[in-house]
Amino acid sequence: MISVNGLDVVFGRGHRALRAVADASFEVEAGGVYGIVGESGSGKSTILNVLSGLNRRWNGTVTIDGERQGQRRDQDFHKKVQMVFQDPYGSLHPRHTVDRILSEPVAIHGLGQAEDRVLRALEEVGLGPEFRFRYPHQLSGGQRQRVAVARALILEPRILLLDEPTSALDVSVQAEVLNLLTGLQRRRNLTYILVSHDLAVVAHMCRRIAVMNRGVIVEELGVETLRRRAPEHPYTRQLLDASIGYNREAVATMEEFEGGV
Amino acid sequence: MTTSSANSIATHRHDRLRQWLLSTAPRSRRQARLGRAYIAWLTFIENRLAMIGLGIIIVLVAAAALAPIIAPYAPNAPNLAERLMPMSSAHWLGTDELGRDILSRIIHGSRLTLYVIVLVAIIAAPVGLLIGTVAGYIGGWLDVVLMRVTDIFLAFPKLILALAFVSALGPGIENAIIAIAITAWPPYARIARAETITIRKADFIKAARLQGAGPIRLIWGHVMPLCLSSLIVRVTLDMAGIILTAAGLGFLGLGAQPPLPEWGAMISSGRKFMLDQWWVAAMPGVAIFVVSLGFNLLGDGLRDVLDPKAEGR
Repeated sequence: MISVNGLDVVFGRGHRALRAVADASFEVEAGGVYGIVGESGSGKSTILNVLSGLNRRWNGTVTIDGERQGQRRDQDFHKKVQMVFQDPYGSLHPRHTVDRILSEPVAIHGLGQAEDRVLRALEEVGLGPEFRFRYPHQLSGGQRQRVAVARALILEPRILLLDEPTSALDVSVQAEVLNLLTGLQRRRNLTYILVSHDLAVVAHMCRRIAVMNRGVIVEELGVETLRRRAPEHPYTRQLLDASIGYNREAVATMEEFEGGV
Repeated sequence: MTTSSANSIATHRHDRLRQWLLSTAPRSRRQARLGRAYIAWLTFIENRLAMIGLGIIIVLVAAAALAPIIAPYAPNAPNLAERLMPMSSAHWLGTDELGRDILSRIIHGSRLTLYVIVLVAIIAAPVGLLIGTVAGYIGGWLDVVLMRVTDIFLAFPKLILALAFVSALGPGIENAIIAIAITAWPPYARIARAETITIRKADFIKAARLQGAGPIRLIWGHVMPLCLSSLIVRVTLDMAGIILTAAGLGFLGLGAQPPLPEWGAMISSGRKFMLDQWWVAAMPGVAIFVVSLGFNLLGDGLRDVLDPKAEGR
């Protein structure tokens, strides 16, 4: 479904250039859930921005649904691939009602029956019709993220890119949103790429996981390997140790790993 | 008894309306929008000074609308037998050098004032908004070109530039309006551009782009509504300056031409009698002062209501 080969992203020019993603390659099968983990600045969100077409300066090959992608994407691409952002407080227009947020994509693609589609999308993310004419400030963080998911789904895409979809939410709400996303994925047979710094979230959602450090995919592993806590690369092991919580011994043995720069 | 029950029905209806407006689960687009406006109105009426400003503007608009009815005399009918009369019960604000009633002239002059500020606002504000949002959103060389043009206009003092335009176009109130509008838009473009640049990188813009929204839809539907509040505030606060510029042009004989009762031109003609018949110049001066103050107070109040940084409104 998605295949990325030798992806390179460089920010800036000359001696200030920063290689944010270096020679990244991976594949995701249709209906698969693929996770990318790594600390902040490891380049995992940059990969999503390339896949979604938000970042137009990259090298390598990206193939989505059998079509090789260029720097610019057409309207059909947007119907196929959608994205959910990290911060639900920033991803909804503060002056648009939920109704307007959800009916705009319908209008852009001229799909018609906006009202039906909006109500159905709300129902699908577990929000009643009473939410339809609310403004984002009248919603909680979890409800906002549900609206963001509904907006991504209203065009009935087959691929959903999730950029830390739960890390701005309370722990209790995180589980709700994750369960919603898992349910939707099964019901609609969606293909997910989930980016997160939270190993627990990734282990819960994904079958295959790429671990990134400094722009390089250091290891790709199945979820069973992660659950058995038996990764090969020392960086992954360190990430696993860190996910257990603060630990004086673990901190003492922390080391820096060289990126591919 | 019938009146009290009628009253209670009225208050009951009022309460229902209030509840409908403040509902957290609006059932229609219109209800959501009206509820939002009602909350803004509730914030606005808490501000005593802003209400005074609004009152002044309402009086100005009413005076302009009803000028022929409420003005006691014709504004341009000379009566040389009663020239330069002081304030009296016949002429509340006295008469000028041609015996025309100053109160009537001020009331009729409110039409000209309103005409100038409304036209300047509807010419300058959209131009500034469009240039600023396009420059800010598209960026690149277009941004550079548009902003340098803006800088050139900003480099001249407003009145001087307006003077130059009026002397090129010829005196008259229409040309004064065009000249003021040409000098008024650059600050709006600057504000709109600054707001656009902060909005442009927001996730909701990225999300809309991912849905396939083009630049026109994004600028018109997503960026402009967020720039509008600060622009409205700025335009309202600028009204005072526009009135002063128009009056200044009138005073210099480059704006409204006699016998039009434009306030600045009235001050100019009263200048010759400043020491002995002070009211001829002072009364239109007071009118300019009060209306400018009104717009400033209103603008301050609007800033509290419309501030886009204030969440939850």
